[in-house]
Amino acid sequence: MQPLSSRTHLALLAAVVAAAMLPALVPDYYVQFAAKVLILGTLAMALNLAVGFGGLVSLCHAAFFGLAGYALVLLAPEYDAPSLLLTLPLAVAIAAAAALVIGLLSLRTRGVYFIMVTLAFGEMLFFLFHDTPFGGGSDGLFLYVKPVLSVGETILVDLDNPVTFYLAALAAAAGTWWLIRHLLSTPFGDALTAARDNERRALALGIPVIRVRLIAFVLSAALAGLAGYLSAAQFGFVAPQMLGWHLSATALVMVVLGGTRRVAGPLAGALVVTGLEEGLKYFIDDWKLVYGLIIIALVLVAPGGLQDLARLAGLGRRAGTPALNLKEANNVG
Amino acid sequence: MDIGTFAIQLLNAVQYGLVLFLVASGLTLVFGILGVINLAHGVFYMLGAYLAWWLTVATGNFAVGILGAFAISFLVGMALESVFIRRLYGRDHLSQVLLSFGLILVVDELRQMLFGRDVQSVPLPEWLSGSLPLTDVLNYPVYRIVVSLFCLAIAVAIFLVIRRTRIGMVVRAGAENREMTRALGIPFDSVNRYVFAIGIALAALAGAVIAPISTVFPGMGDGMLILSFVVVVLGGIGSVPGAAIGALLIGLIDTFGKVFMPELAGILVYVLMAAVLIVRPTGILGKREV
Repeated sequence: MQPLSSRTHLALLAAVVAAAMLPALVPDYYVQFAAKVLILGTLAMALNLAVGFGGLVSLCHAAFFGLAGYALVLLAPEYDAPSLLLTLPLAVAIAAAAALVIGLLSLRTRGVYFIMVTLAFGEMLFFLFHDTPFGGGSDGLFLYVKPVLSVGETILVDLDNPVTFYLAALAAAAGTWWLIRHLLSTPFGDALTAARDNERRALALGIPVIRVRLIAFVLSAALAGLAGYLSAAQFGFVAPQMLGWHLSATALVMVVLGGTRRVAGPLAGALVVTGLEEGLKYFIDDWKLVYGLIIIALVLVAPGGLQDLARLAGLGRRAGTPALNLKEANNVG
Repeated sequence: MDIGTFAIQLLNAVQYGLVLFLVASGLTLVFGILGVINLAHGVFYMLGAYLAWWLTVATGNFAVGILGAFAISFLVGMALESVFIRRLYGRDHLSQVLLSFGLILVVDELRQMLFGRDVQSVPLPEWLSGSLPLTDVLNYPVYRIVVSLFCLAIAVAIFLVIRRTRIGMVVRAGAENREMTRALGIPFDSVNRYVFAIGIALAALAGAVIAPISTVFPGMGDGMLILSFVVVVLGGIGSVPGAAIGALLIGLIDTFGKVFMPELAGILVYVLMAAVLIVRPTGILGKREV
């Protein structure tokens, strides 16, 4: 990818400032919804670093998401506010450490094996929390006081405040976008996408493929952990479902819907999927039936996600371009 | 542990392993021959159990429940292959994962609409509900032995069909080299539909025969799906003998793990998988390169 230009930076800044205005314009419910979308979007963007740019279809990212969420709740003192500065780095580090072990083992395989192995290891963590009492078992755990960032006695950031929380989620999403986008413009990013496109050639060029993939996998898990930490803080509750593979698969739906070759794509995917879920739940009792059919239709009719849908609706720039064209890899995210 | 308890645990382990083999063999065949990774495999295990419960209660005949679950799932498999799965041949794994995830949601919701979300149990007919005396004080349920023998018979049948029949020859040729098989004019594509339907039906059959022993509940397919994946990773993708070895290994490790190390039993299976990945990343009987 091209290096980040000052124009891209300005556009990012403008988008963040515009998004930061949201709480002044809409009721609380939508602010909460937007924060949820930003958190799931962060998860999906993180996942896409592995899936879209690393070519590693992982089905265990929910485990990293949930692990960090559990870390926050387990590290928090029962009646006092946990310190953001202490718990956030620890939660992210725990997710990254788990990813290092799982990655070292899973990256010995590729393709469909990798999917199966990550699925199995992710479910191992799910059952660990589901079947043992230390994480509250299948009932989960409550977080009674939200994390704060304080200097001395002054509280600078209190995640209990919905607007503050929304801004924190916005910062996390924007930071994640910037980090991934920057990473892809470095030689490391080139090595990662080269290994995805042609592993043998990348190896022949002297790229340490396994190490590059492992770093990308761990980083992607750490960012998923950031999202999981925020999600636990938003709802004040963690349950084993947070680690389960259904969430991993839902995040994959967001990734594919948004487009795997764009850094910000999965964020758009998260908005559509989360909005769709809320809408279907509201109007239809058997909403999962419709939701499942929509996912199937997406795979069969519009494998390129929103870009394909736009093209089908006649809004496309280039008619008939295969959505997963390699040229897309060079596009600015 | 005295010899009687050991024998009971061993019988349990083998029975568990054989049921797991039924599920995993379907998964590994579908992947080996169709090249499709089917995450919806576990949901058919669950559906088989619900179908067996519904048919047994409705007709009062347990055999109708088992055979009906198998037959209905086979037909559902044929329909699914011709409508959805065949569009996935040659597509990337990501599409296959997503489509089968969508299928899970659809089948699960249909199950909820048809059978509800309650936990059910399947009554056994009288001649199957007795116990055999193993020693003076220990008994072993007849039905568990029948399940083991039944699964063993199915496993032998699968091996015979693959090794000794013309259809099996086509299946083996297709698993070996898809393009070459097509190029030689072997009607390989029409076999795909049957392989997928049989794979689904085997999972449903396993769910149906296990229904009287375990309870029938909505999430029962998820655990089975993960274990089947571990079996396939252990044995090597596409290898039916590998699946048999993997399934029996998991049956033994899980059952005896629960006896000797109850708090670690849930993890042992994954430790085994990690060990196999370190030593042989393509599985015990897998090809060297995938």
